[in-house]
Amino acid sequence: MTDLRYSKDHEYVALDGDLATLGISDYAQSQLGDIVFIELPEVGKKVTKGKEIAVIESVKAASEVYSPVSGEVVEVNPELGEAPALVNDDPIGRGWLIKVRVSDPGECASLMDDAAYSSFLKTL
Amino acid sequence: MVTELDVATAAPPALSKLPLDAVHRRLGARMAPFAGYEMPLQYEQGIVAETLHTRRRASLFDVSHMGQAILAGARAARALESLTPADLASLSPERTRYTQLLNESGGILDDLLVTRLPGVEERLLLVVNASRKQADFALISAALPQFDFNPLDRALLALQGPRASAVLGALLPGAEDLPFMGWRAFDFGGAPLFVSRSGYTGEDGFELSLRAEHAEDLARLLLSYEDVAPAGLGARDALRLEAGLPLYGHDLEETTDPVEAGVGWSIGKRRRMEGGFPGFERIRRALEQGPSRVRVGLLPQSKAPLREGAELSARDGEAVGHVTSGGFSPTLQRPIAMGYVASAHANVGATLSAPLRDKRVDVTVAALPFVPHRYFKTPAGKDAR
Repeated sequence: MTDLRYSKDHEYVALDGDLATLGISDYAQSQLGDIVFIELPEVGKKVTKGKEIAVIESVKAASEVYSPVSGEVVEVNPELGEAPALVNDDPIGRGWLIKVRVSDPGECASLMDDAAYSSFLKTL
Repeated sequence: MVTELDVATAAPPALSKLPLDAVHRRLGARMAPFAGYEMPLQYEQGIVAETLHTRRRASLFDVSHMGQAILAGARAARALESLTPADLASLSPERTRYTQLLNESGGILDDLLVTRLPGVEERLLLVVNASRKQADFALISAALPQFDFNPLDRALLALQGPRASAVLGALLPGAEDLPFMGWRAFDFGGAPLFVSRSGYTGEDGFELSLRAEHAEDLARLLLSYEDVAPAGLGARDALRLEAGLPLYGHDLEETTDPVEAGVGWSIGKRRRMEGGFPGFERIRRALEQGPSRVRVGLLPQSKAPLREGAELSARDGEAVGHVTSGGFSPTLQRPIAMGYVASAHANVGATLSAPLRDKRVDVTVAALPFVPHRYFKTPAGKDAR
């Protein structure tokens, strides 16, 4: 597994070459509580760093997910339609959201590594 | 991503703490601001598990943010009828009635429970919503200045679920025999503990009022039972929505009258004839002719929940109503909602539609409650009073 990078909006990116796996952090899933539905983009959709890519519905509320990178969606997690709670149970593993072919791998440089994200969480 | 809790942390800092604040934190509660209080939104189990536990066994809720007060004096019940449409004059000692405070046009200022306390002196115990208590108390004391009106500084806990009666009966023998909407004062370690067989989850259960310094002992004792788990505001909201119970500030507000809100049953027969409460003309018209809009259950035909504020349209696109409460039902494992719909479109089974982000979804009008009520029925032949 490649290193994870995190956005301030609590999305993570696992970059492997120019293929990025995106999801939400363990902190984010714990803040949302029980997740009951996830609206994901379609394969082929162009995504832009900082723009909405998905909506996660918890029992209480709907929350937008913003893309931490720019590129094109090449795969969406097929398991989440029937089992959205996978994001609660295993956000970094089976609960990933989408895979994106990134247009500029350099964008990831501005994201936080594990240590920086841990420090960031302590400021919240 | 922006979570609800991000918004919560930006709320004004002057929040009141519940008497059981430390207990909630020890139990791992996630606290969130609500009606001026730091309230437990959920515990580690989460809203779904807490909701299901309440339906299967019993949950302990801290609802100390709600307002409690006593109105006392000769014919206090009759006098309170000038603000509410319930028949309060006939309320027997140790019985509780649900009613509403109304404005001059029959709109609901708040909904509340009124209990007639035992004793020669006429004393009424009122329990009102947290978000409205200041306004309610000001209204009542100004409108009825000849009576003693005293807000109570007491904790309020709710024990709700099918095991609540067995648990409370073990702790307070006799509590299990209280009738639905019955009330009694028990002794708890030398202090009076008010027990009312009521709640807002659709399950059998009790509301327990006691001085704040005794609340922790009671909570600890109740939680020591295997059947009892703590549950937060999130589960309470899911439970009351499943039970089709309206919530002030969402399904009830100053523009809604009791008839369209579906709580017209709480208007006493004598009051329907005699009136003498604010907005009587509007309410009588609604009772006689039917209201122009009604609160209904809504089943979105989608996996995503519909939320409060969503507009409802008929097939021809005409706007016919809106959602006032919407979420996911842990018991039914599907989205459910409530809202107001023009009476002509409010038949059970009618199909409406609502926007859901960039799509539209079909919404079926459904009967309430979504999950059947299981209030305690006094066994036949047994005099529970």
